[in-house]
Amino acid sequence: MERIPILKMGPFLLVTIQVDLYDRLALTLENDLINMVSKTEAKGVLIDISAVSIVDSFMGRILGNIASMSKIMDATTVVVGMQPAVAITLVELGLTLSGVHTALDVEQGMELLRTKIGQLDTDEEGLYDSFI
Amino acid sequence: MNKESAAALKGKKKQILEVWMGNQLKDAALRDDLMSVSELQQQSEELLSSLLKAFSSARAEDTESDGYEPIHDILNEISIMRARQGFSPRETSSYVLSLKEVLSQVLEERFRDEPAALYKEIISMNKIMDSLSLLTMETYIKGREEVILRQTNEMSEISTPVIRVWDGILALPIIGTLDSARTQVVMEALLEEIVATGSRIAILDISGVPTVDSLVAQHLIKTVSAARLMGAECIISGIRAEIAQTIVHLGIDLTNIYTKASLASALKMSFSMLNIQVTRAAQNGPSGSKQNFGF
Repeated sequence: MERIPILKMGPFLLVTIQVDLYDRLALTLENDLINMVSKTEAKGVLIDISAVSIVDSFMGRILGNIASMSKIMDATTVVVGMQPAVAITLVELGLTLSGVHTALDVEQGMELLRTKIGQLDTDEEGLYDSFI
Repeated sequence: MNKESAAALKGKKKQILEVWMGNQLKDAALRDDLMSVSELQQQSEELLSSLLKAFSSARAEDTESDGYEPIHDILNEISIMRARQGFSPRETSSYVLSLKEVLSQVLEERFRDEPAALYKEIISMNKIMDSLSLLTMETYIKGREEVILRQTNEMSEISTPVIRVWDGILALPIIGTLDSARTQVVMEALLEEIVATGSRIAILDISGVPTVDSLVAQHLIKTVSAARLMGAECIISGIRAEIAQTIVHLGIDLTNIYTKASLASALKMSFSMLNIQVTRAAQNGPSGSKQNFGF
């Protein structure tokens, strides 16, 4: 069965979707990705959807689900490279993906993840300091 | 209309044209600023000769018959041309109706001794001319609608420029009312430009939007959400006092969206979001160099 590869880059997971997602593939991706987050204890998930030209409400929901699940497991999700047509469709469908961070391209997405994780680290250190 | 009156009118063609032109030139509503007299003369002559030809055709009463086809073409051309030149509806329809007066004069002379026949002929002539006048109006309106449609298209094309004000900052001044169709155009233009320039911030300036109702606000929120999905942040600027009042009175929730009163403050905010600092350049050179500017 076709699978979308999930790459590990340091503390982040990188997923590049190069094919149009059909429902089953999306569900498999969700499953694989969450398992991977749990296995590698990743701090960030970056999903590149620049090659995706068609979305429906199901796809939108899967993206939202991945973000919520990752958040529970302490990983930040960034969706990058959304096409204008895809963005318009999602808005028209009423899916604004409020829990998901977005960026224009992989580079900016990585930068965003780094700052987010950096913030988390300093917060935690601060928390730790106050305990002592 | 019978053969006799058609023949009578044909015989007096030159006279009819003269009187008709005379009436038109005398008329206070003559628009010689829009159309030259010689052009009018040529147009009138062409129309009159086709009309007289149609009068003598077999089915002179029926303006839908084949005999009237050339007249339809001429009238279509005239009224569309006049609609474009800026003639008023009254001026356009009175052009055809003014011919009525002249034609009835000729018929009156011809049937002076037969009132019954005169009555019948005048009625039938009136009927034909009225129907032609209606046709003129119809095409006139069609011509005007074409003009309006063209202007609407032009307006929606020219009024949505996306400006790059800084590296990574786009500005979109919106002028005029935002309806669904325009929002679509604006949204697409903005998103395309965000992709093309890789900008992280877009400023929507609505100082040129006359009123903001719940529909317009919804369109704005949609645009902001779409840009956010792509990874760009939007700032809405140019919110006037009246607009702020209407937004609050309508209960529209803009708390999730950055809003600023002016484009300048939106730009300042974008700078701080992108960690850009703008400072005044230090004055270089000796203090005396100021004199070089002629102060």
